[in-house]
Amino acid sequence: MTSFTHALESEVWKGLQEVSDPEIPSISIVEMGMVNGVRVEDNHVSIEFTPTFVGCPALKIIEKNIIDRISAIPGVESVDVQFVFEPRWTTDRISESGREKLRKFGILPPPKRAEDAWEIECPYCNSKNTTLDNLFGPTACRSIAYCRDCRNPFEAIKPI
Amino acid sequence: MTELQRVLDANQAKELEGFRDALVELLYQLADDDFILSYRGSEWLGLAPHIEEDVSFSSISQDTMGHAVAFYEMLESLGEGKADDLAQLRQPEAFRNAILVERPNGSGHYMEKPQYDWAYTVVRFYLYELFKQVRLESLVHSTYVPLAQLARKMMPELHYHLIHWSVWLKQLANSTDEAKSKMVNALQKAWVDLGDLFDLGPQADAIVQHGLIEGEELLRERWIHRVKQTLEVNRLPWFGKPVKGEYNGRAGKHTDDLVTALQTLSEVYRLDPAANW
Repeated sequence: MTSFTHALESEVWKGLQEVSDPEIPSISIVEMGMVNGVRVEDNHVSIEFTPTFVGCPALKIIEKNIIDRISAIPGVESVDVQFVFEPRWTTDRISESGREKLRKFGILPPPKRAEDAWEIECPYCNSKNTTLDNLFGPTACRSIAYCRDCRNPFEAIKPI
Repeated sequence: MTELQRVLDANQAKELEGFRDALVELLYQLADDDFILSYRGSEWLGLAPHIEEDVSFSSISQDTMGHAVAFYEMLESLGEGKADDLAQLRQPEAFRNAILVERPNGSGHYMEKPQYDWAYTVVRFYLYELFKQVRLESLVHSTYVPLAQLARKMMPELHYHLIHWSVWLKQLANSTDEAKSKMVNALQKAWVDLGDLFDLGPQADAIVQHGLIEGEELLRERWIHRVKQTLEVNRLPWFGKPVKGEYNGRAGKHTDDLVTALQTLSEVYRLDPAANW
């Protein structure tokens, strides 16, 4: 790998850190584990992207945001984004910092592994005295819960 | 049995004529089932029994519509034309969905007195999603690798849909006498349309020989096993092994309800197919 390619690749990752899921603006697509890989060939950048849910309606918007952000990097002439389903997006792809940011935003991150018990802990007060009010929420990947202690409704990312 | 060749992508599939044609036929069944049923689901928007159900049902319908899109895009990659056109511009007889998914939600019209049948909706969605689970489990071993990967990805999503419909089914079946009798009627009504659900259409032999999915009989038996368990636990009647009905969606023989549904859902797109959304 030439030093130019290497430098460009690191710029691309930095850029992707600034692209967020439009439905969850506090967290980047990298932290959500949605970026599967970056390939730089000369001045062309290919990004492999793995959606959380197959039918996520935000995909086109995310694709556009990626292309806009990465095209702005000096030295990049073209960008393409490919959606891949293998490897699958699973719950354990969310990074530690991503999990923390979700919690701060009021969204409970999923258990680290989908097979772990789904204990719904309030992201505001850490109480386990909660109810799952609706398995389905405003987006396919989220559910709606309620905290009986601090009386906040909140959302939780579904374990998959 | 000889080891079947795994086909890695659309280009490779296109070079194998018999394989491609069988794959395309199967994909239309998968895409059209999800597309038409999620359209029926979307017709409940604002009419579901309570606000939480409205949220859940729209989310499930949106996810199912997303699955249909993924299948149509796979057809696009195989040279069948634009995904949007495949969904919205084909003639009714070109659709390969099962009859069960095209039936209306009840009497009346969305805009004027929609007298939709919730028990029928619960039963229909439960029966279909359970079949979808059986089908995806088989597709995970498909010789067409992109399809196997997609199926594997869809399974955990479908898991949540199934939980949803199972909860409704259980609660209604174990509720008042009125609820119970509505559920029995709904099952009876859905049962008539089950025949072609398992059908793999006129290209069934080729579809199975190429290892795209397992045979109809196997899929049906697995489905029967699971449905019987649920019905038994909830003390609901078993109406016998599904038999072929009057129509056959897999062969393009549909009811007029599909014709009306397609007219409605594609109305805007047909006005200006070149429009940007």
